[in-house]
Amino acid sequence: MAILDTTGGLDTTAGELHEEHHHGPAKGIGRWLFTTNHKDIGSLYLWFSLLMFLTGGVMALLIRAELFQPGLQLVEPGFFNQMTTMHGLIMVFGAVMPAFVGLANWMIPMMIGAPDMALPRMNNWSFWILPFAFAMLVSTLFMDGGAPNFGWTFYAPLSTTYAPPSVTYFIFAIHIMGASSIMGAINIIATILNMRAPGMTMMKLPLFVWSWLITAFLLIAVMPVLAGVVTMMLMDIHFGTSFFNAAGGGDPVLFQHVFWFFGHPEVYIMILPAFGIISQIIPTFSRKKLFGYASMVYATASIAILSFLVWAHHMFTVGLPLVGELFFMFATMLIAVPTGVKVFNWVATMFRGSLTFETPMLFAIAFVVLFTIGGFSGLMLAIAPVDFQYHDTYFVVAHFHYVLVPGAIFSIMAAVYFWLPKWTGHQLNETLGKLHFWLSFIGVNITFFPMHFIGLAGMPRRIPDYALQFADFNMVASIGAFIFGFSQLLFVWNVIQNVRSGEKASAQVWEGAEGLEWTVDSPAPYHTFSTPPKVD
Amino acid sequence: MGMIRIISRSFPLTLLPLTARAEWTVNLSPGVTEISRSIYDLHMTIFWICVAIGCVVFGIMFWSIFHHRKSRGAKAHHFHEHTLVEVIWTLIPLGILVAMAVPATATLVKMYDPKDAGLDVQVTGYQWKWRYQYLDQDLDFFSNLATPQEQVTNDQAKSENYLLEVDRHLVLPTDTKIRFLLTANDVIHSWWVPALAVKKDAIPGFINEAWAQIDEPGIYRGQCAELCGKDHGFMPIVVEAVSPEEFQQWLVAAKAEKAAAAEAANRSWTLDELMQRGEQVYLGTCAACHQANGEGLPPAFPALKNSPIAVGDVGAHIDIVLNGKTGTAMQAFRDQLDPVELAAVITYERNAWGNSTGEAVSPTQIADRIGAAQGEGN
Repeated sequence: MAILDTTGGLDTTAGELHEEHHHGPAKGIGRWLFTTNHKDIGSLYLWFSLLMFLTGGVMALLIRAELFQPGLQLVEPGFFNQMTTMHGLIMVFGAVMPAFVGLANWMIPMMIGAPDMALPRMNNWSFWILPFAFAMLVSTLFMDGGAPNFGWTFYAPLSTTYAPPSVTYFIFAIHIMGASSIMGAINIIATILNMRAPGMTMMKLPLFVWSWLITAFLLIAVMPVLAGVVTMMLMDIHFGTSFFNAAGGGDPVLFQHVFWFFGHPEVYIMILPAFGIISQIIPTFSRKKLFGYASMVYATASIAILSFLVWAHHMFTVGLPLVGELFFMFATMLIAVPTGVKVFNWVATMFRGSLTFETPMLFAIAFVVLFTIGGFSGLMLAIAPVDFQYHDTYFVVAHFHYVLVPGAIFSIMAAVYFWLPKWTGHQLNETLGKLHFWLSFIGVNITFFPMHFIGLAGMPRRIPDYALQFADFNMVASIGAFIFGFSQLLFVWNVIQNVRSGEKASAQVWEGAEGLEWTVDSPAPYHTFSTPPKVD
Repeated sequence: MGMIRIISRSFPLTLLPLTARAEWTVNLSPGVTEISRSIYDLHMTIFWICVAIGCVVFGIMFWSIFHHRKSRGAKAHHFHEHTLVEVIWTLIPLGILVAMAVPATATLVKMYDPKDAGLDVQVTGYQWKWRYQYLDQDLDFFSNLATPQEQVTNDQAKSENYLLEVDRHLVLPTDTKIRFLLTANDVIHSWWVPALAVKKDAIPGFINEAWAQIDEPGIYRGQCAELCGKDHGFMPIVVEAVSPEEFQQWLVAAKAEKAAAAEAANRSWTLDELMQRGEQVYLGTCAACHQANGEGLPPAFPALKNSPIAVGDVGAHIDIVLNGKTGTAMQAFRDQLDPVELAAVITYERNAWGNSTGEAVSPTQIADRIGAAQGEGN
């Protein structure tokens, strides 16, 4: 309260402030444009993420439609490359990351007993620059020479000397996204470290909060590196430097080192919050405390630290010296240890619990199984000599889609189904939720499992057309993609219906739910914990 | 934008051959070198380790899902911590990883030992073709995709090795340690032949090393593995492994062919001969960007039909074909094509698609131009 009063007192009268507190959200579009409320901003992030998920999904379906059969049917190779690039960028920076930030905004203050985020005005700004960044990125599709076509990893010199002119807009968009992420991360760290309710010690924090605290530090550490690498590209393209241009004495491999120094921790930025979500959901529906809370925290921190030491496993074929290959192989294999601990802890939590299988739990269980399959292929990829055969094939595509789709995306869906009754005050439509789950589960496996096979059989990634021996599994994968893609419309429908109407949800919502967020009404009032709760 | 086009007539054409040749390959091939076989063994070992761990972990999980469900009256137990268990399930995976790291390291050390090679081949990636130079043999050629464009656009039935066939194979001797030196001319490419377990990035400004010793004669096909622009999917690799004796015979024949081509540049060529030859060269080398109809894909790949260069000053036209244009995808073709091919393709470009200059460029004209440029260079 004291904090709000002081900041409010600077530019508004006490009367206005008083009114705002007691009358809930402002009316009209102004509510959303000028909001500093963590719940409003959380909703904005989540809706934006859904829009980007559908946009990136349409691109994925266009890719799969072209790959349904050998030969070129729908798109030119140049446009195909624009689709793979934009699909990757939009899903990583537009769908997954904003969804997690949206969940953090909604849930972290309620989970730690804080009235709002620590820096509410910056919170508004970190969201509202995102639509501009993505509008600019998507607008490149209509520019002369087309959108970025060099893959989401944008390796130089394909992305510098040989890039379409729209690359400059891409660089600017990346800068804005990076600024948004850094501001979001600062806000989350400030909130968690300073605004916990009395008695909420660090080792009592819900695991979702812990995992986001660690993720936020990763973001602050690596987003400036991404900004650095795109700035070096900008200099090469427009100002005559030769960071990555071999003809000018530069080094194309330097690009990859800098990019992956960002890129690998980025991978964990997209999975650690998912670990946090799963660690909330599994105990709830097992009606049993999470097994090994402290080891979960240490495992998450270990994964985060190791993530800075493994970047060159993306570069085993660039010609690293032998010692380098060995170092990065060993460090990468080591990541399997804390990740294994997490999976074992989830299974031990379920063991001898009292399990029920509501929609969030189904997604959480599918997460554990399918993410682990992605982890297994990750372990295979870590073995450097074998990686020479896997690298840049569909085996890699299968691997990272297993950790990102039934991994990160399933965790986000689990989280939405889990907390939606708290947000809207309406009980979930379980029938629709379960239908969505089973169609997604089947679709995702039909799409991505055969990609392991075509990768091992020798199909490189990022090609618009392929040899005949890859035809059968490609057709299967495309069919799966359409099942998965269209079943997401059920999700959209279910969420919209839930926002509009539904059976009244209790404050507790789920029988086994524990934590401060379940002590407030459903829907959660516009302002929660104006008076801090007492945590024993 | 014109980038999306529907070719409805293509669907029935491609469906038929597919059903007849289902393959459903699900695994790596063991390959034909000692290294490729040890990689295959490592792959299978780590795969079975993962399967075993998966069976245990998912087994326990599904046992819980089945037996510890509330609907069967399961009551939740209250244990939630056990340090010894945590230590055990940290140490066991660590042990498995160390056991796995040992053979992996041994294989990697072997892969990094290109010493005592019997033959050195320099491989250079270009957008979108490969150049092979047999060092110390004075033999040097480009290898282009041989699949006709009509098969790609579904106007023709697809051949057996669709997209995996080239105009000139990389011929290599068996039972000989071959060292590959890899680099690139423009962007990063990656030279990958699965049967040899060689995949190494070809990077401009760098020379990477890899090696292979092929045990069995045969044809081994691969592809570029690093996204390198529009036609990344259309630059295959075909290795033809033959016995060392046959390889020596092939070397002699290939050199003789090269000498004959040089000789052909000295005779005079008629416009018709040049046009005929030029069309072949154009379709193989130029049509990927400038398109078979000469209309290009502007703005990245300009049209040649009625272009100021193709109907204007012939000297400027020759220069751009020989030297390329920096900052664009237009390469220098001086080393890629011989004088006859260069003369033929330039003549073709100046007289096809309604470009009617009527001019024939002779191979000697090209040879002189190259000679003069080299003189200036010295």
